[in-house]
Amino acid sequence: MELVCPAGNLPSLKAAVDNGADAVYVGFKDDTNARHFAGLNFTERSFGKAIRYAQDKNRKIYVAINTFPQPDGFKRWQAAVDQAAEYGVNALILADIGVFDYASERWPDLRLHLSVQGSVTSAEGIKFYFENFGIRRVVLPRVLSVNQVAHVITGSPVPVEVFGFGSLCVMVEGRCLLSSYATGRSPNTYGACSPASHVRWEETGDGTDTRLNGVLIDHYGEGEKAGYPTLCKGRFQVGGHTFYALEEPTSLNTLSILPKLKKIGVSAIKIEGRQRSPAYVAQVTGVLRAAIDQCMLNPDAYQAKDQWMCKLAEVSEGSQTTLGAYHRPWQ
Amino acid sequence: MSNMMKLSIGPIQYFWERQHVLDFYQQAADSAAEIIYLGEVICSKRRLVKPDDWFAIGEELKQSGKEVILSSLTLLEAASEMSSLKRLCRNESFMVEANDISAVQLLSVAGRDFVTGPSFNIYNHRSLRLLAGKGLKRWVLPVELGLDTLKDLQAQRPEGVETEVFALGRLPLAYSARCYTARSHNLPKDDCQYKCLDYPDGAMLKTREDQEFLVLNGIQTQSALTHQVLDQLPELKALEVDVLRISPQYEHTFQIIDIFDEARKGAALPPLGEKLLSLLPLGACNGYLLEQAGMSFLPARTIHESPR
Repeated sequence: MELVCPAGNLPSLKAAVDNGADAVYVGFKDDTNARHFAGLNFTERSFGKAIRYAQDKNRKIYVAINTFPQPDGFKRWQAAVDQAAEYGVNALILADIGVFDYASERWPDLRLHLSVQGSVTSAEGIKFYFENFGIRRVVLPRVLSVNQVAHVITGSPVPVEVFGFGSLCVMVEGRCLLSSYATGRSPNTYGACSPASHVRWEETGDGTDTRLNGVLIDHYGEGEKAGYPTLCKGRFQVGGHTFYALEEPTSLNTLSILPKLKKIGVSAIKIEGRQRSPAYVAQVTGVLRAAIDQCMLNPDAYQAKDQWMCKLAEVSEGSQTTLGAYHRPWQ
Repeated sequence: MSNMMKLSIGPIQYFWERQHVLDFYQQAADSAAEIIYLGEVICSKRRLVKPDDWFAIGEELKQSGKEVILSSLTLLEAASEMSSLKRLCRNESFMVEANDISAVQLLSVAGRDFVTGPSFNIYNHRSLRLLAGKGLKRWVLPVELGLDTLKDLQAQRPEGVETEVFALGRLPLAYSARCYTARSHNLPKDDCQYKCLDYPDGAMLKTREDQEFLVLNGIQTQSALTHQVLDQLPELKALEVDVLRISPQYEHTFQIIDIFDEARKGAALPPLGEKLLSLLPLGACNGYLLEQAGMSFLPARTIHESPR
């Protein structure tokens, strides 16, 4: 199983490579990718350095161009595809049918992966991208149980990559508009969910309110640690109860089921978090590298070590982790 | 009136009692809507109306002169859901609305014409063109896109493809593996006890300061406010939109259709808008169509003054 690690800047990319990433995925400094955050991502110059650093050490570079252009911006997505291709990246990670159509026509030999933003949950869906654009890998959304992933792999014409660790989208990716409903900007259109431009932290008499374009996402009492107001991870009222109605602030962690993922034929494990620090990338990459190596060596004897779990909990949202949809009771 | 915009009734997003569904389509047969979308699009466990029933309802509506389309499930997970989808895509009687790429694949490989629904991502001309080559006959503008993008897309629309706009309804915003209605009752999805039946317009989710924000509809999350584009009908007509979709709500859907029918025939909008507001479960929003946050509502005057 290939280990695919995130990098939002050059130090993170080096951290990923130095700690055992097989491949690193990156994005450009604009809305052509789904981590379009201020101060993040690669300019043409830093991109050149990133490629050299990774490829000198025989690691792969994938470029995420995985948002959905509208007609007036389409040229920007074309330019991103061309730039990545001219630099000789190992693959593009795309979501939009129009961008796939352009990339496969203009760069027929370039390896294309279907992004998680492509929102594909079945082998039939994968066949669409395989037959029309010749994709060579698919990244599955975080909505399938392990058995369902196994079923998709059985019917899929291409290898399957799944998320192994990181922030958890509880909605099927590529079709979640919660953020634009509140702010006008979504992962699809703008490359960011719950964008920082619309976030407000307000001290109140009894703690902190976090707001997204004025909408109260959560309230934290004195001494309670306030989290970033990601829309689906706030506390709301339903039926007279106040609780995390959609999802707790928690991270996905699949260390405990790595042998199972290997057995069903998963080809690559992805770590989420291009927006996170180089320290996060180093820590998570190191742990996943050790775990995958252990699992490949002897899957029957494999056990997720306590020290790995502790290290991952340190960098998890709310310091807690979950198996998410892989584990049926979560659903 | 030859190029009058058509009205459609979208698939029912909610889980209603069987009799209510049957009564609903009795009324639909006599309504001003020309196109009717049928079928379960949210949750495969909702089976009070079974696939054969949908076919029977469709045949009756066809007899009444309606164009009938069968809508596919939006988020496919289980193998059984794929089997149902394959059966649906093989049917000889009705065109299918594809709400996910699996359906597009099955239909295009079979050489069948199809429609794409509001949660299918067509954001640009190049996607539209490619899908037109696969058999796309009508597409619904993704709900988060606005008039500027619609204008650009209409300018490059392929021959023979109709454009439909989600004109009224709580907005379909997100889909998950998790059932939020069951979760709000502390029930696992596999033993949900069909709690959705208790919420025929979705279960209200409020912020901690009581702002009515979203509604939970099983695995789907919707807007609490009802998106409505009545004030923008002149623009939509000018952009040569072919179809306006009314998404069913538990009550008053047919009064709402009457309002849109009057409006498309040229009745004065302001009084209709007031009447419309009184028929919605909560309030209205229209921000998406005006390139704003979806939850916002902009009065008509502001819109006409805003420059492109």
